[in-house]
Amino acid sequence: MKAIETLNLSKAFKKRKAVDGLTLSIEKGEFFALLGQNGAGKTTTIKILCGLSKPTEGKAFVLGKDVSSDDSFKEKINVSPQETAVAPNLSVYENLKFIAEIYGNKRNAASEKAENMIKYFSLSERRNDKAKTLSGGMQRKLSIAMALITDPEVLFLDEPTLGLDVRARRELWEKIKTLKGKVTIILTTHYLEEAEALADRICIMNRGRISEIGTVQELKEKTGKDNFEDVFLMLTEQEDEL
Amino acid sequence: MNISVFSSRNSKEIIRDPLSIAFGIGLPLILQIFVSALQNKIGVDIFKIEYFTSGIAVFSFSFVSLFSGMLISKDRTSSFLNKLFSSPLSAFEYILGYTFPMLFIAIIQSVCCFALSIALGMQFNANIIYAVIVLIPVSLLFIAIGILLGSLFNDKQVGGIFAGFAQVVALSSGMWFDLNLIGGVMKSICYALPFAHAVDLVKGVVIGNYSGLFIHFIWIAVYTVVIYILAVKVFKKNMKN
Ligand SMILES: Nc1ncnc2c1ncn2[C@@H]1O[C@H](COP(=O)(O)OP(=O)(O)OP(=O)(O)O)[C@@H](O)[C@H]1O
Ligand SMILES: [Mg+2]
Repeated sequence: MKAIETLNLSKAFKKRKAVDGLTLSIEKGEFFALLGQNGAGKTTTIKILCGLSKPTEGKAFVLGKDVSSDDSFKEKINVSPQETAVAPNLSVYENLKFIAEIYGNKRNAASEKAENMIKYFSLSERRNDKAKTLSGGMQRKLSIAMALITDPEVLFLDEPTLGLDVRARRELWEKIKTLKGKVTIILTTHYLEEAEALADRICIMNRGRISEIGTVQELKEKTGKDNFEDVFLMLTEQEDEL
Repeated sequence: MNISVFSSRNSKEIIRDPLSIAFGIGLPLILQIFVSALQNKIGVDIFKIEYFTSGIAVFSFSFVSLFSGMLISKDRTSSFLNKLFSSPLSAFEYILGYTFPMLFIAIIQSVCCFALSIALGMQFNANIIYAVIVLIPVSLLFIAIGILLGSLFNDKQVGGIFAGFAQVVALSSGMWFDLNLIGGVMKSICYALPFAHAVDLVKGVVIGNYSGLFIHFIWIAVYTVVIYILAVKVFKKNMKN
């Protein structure tokens, strides 16, 4: 069984097609990067795969389950959405524990996991502060910790490093690295060098479609470019606006 | 299990905004004191403490609609609830998780309301306890309305709708004037809505006259069930965008 399979997956908002006939499959344990310029359809794709948005056409399977009809995959996935998602009036600790419990952990286990995440993400000093009083970057860290705390089989990271300072970003990449191979990771980012360094395969999206998909090496060979940024620019070149 | 976890989060969210709770519990009580003072001067039937307390108890629940509506609409517009929609929680669990903390507030409101009326001179007897119990299913009606509003509208709209809704409850429930004296179409309209039935039900229990109460109860139950079903439907739709 593949971790993720999509078949001609499409999502239209009114007339605009955000995702347009996406067909791809991702192996279990694969580190998969979804790249593309603003508005390419990355977030929309992730939302469909998390069951947050209904596709208008096509099918998507996560861990073998059809996302539009079977919710049982939800306990095995987690997502750090592009927009930081924390409960503003709960403390750092309460936010983490809450998520752990919602995904079926007993109170004690949830508490322990929350404490571990607080240490892991160096949030100890702010443990009891309400999430809304944290800085943007700290909320971001919390939001990511809330995605990792459930030990998901499939982890969606939608621009996880957005708003993080240099050190925090490096530390986050170290953390993500330790998950590589154990967890299926679907990542979007605008930091190309990070995707280049970590991803097993990269899918470059353009206007809702797959522009090219493959390993970094394959993409470089296909485009005949040496520098990954050039590869990206070539594969996402804008056609004339309609 | 999940329901209690989500309930507890919602309770925290509400308790950490104590001002609005104090307002929701306090305002109906002030109204009650005011009418009781008025009654001492003018002495009309409708403002008898047994009657008016029943009206106030029902009216105070409109704040429960406001609280649940606000909480849900705020959650919906935040990315937090959006994230939760990718979790294993089901629509049913969300709805119950929103309902329980509100139920708790409603019970506190009822108890405060009757405690005040006793302080204002109402005779304490077992009927009062029955009334508080009967008010529990009545509060579910108001919670369901709040959940439905919160699932349909944003928090600003919910605030505006509440202002109108509270008027409808106050005027159609017969707490301010005897609907039988008005009669005609107005009375029919009021009794097509559930609020007059709710006040009549509570009044009947308070004064220990149970005749005809079952019909009132059925009206409330049907409204409650229908609105809950609608709320779940709309909420489910929200979960998929
Ligand atoms: N709820 C919505 N209603 C209407 N259009 C939408 C909605 N969500 C997304 N879109 C449109 O779908 C397209 C793809 O958006 P999406 O958020 O998936 O892009 P993205 O690749 O994640 O971009 P970014 O890098 O800026 O995050 C955009 O044109 C966007 O305007
Ligand atoms: Mg995006």
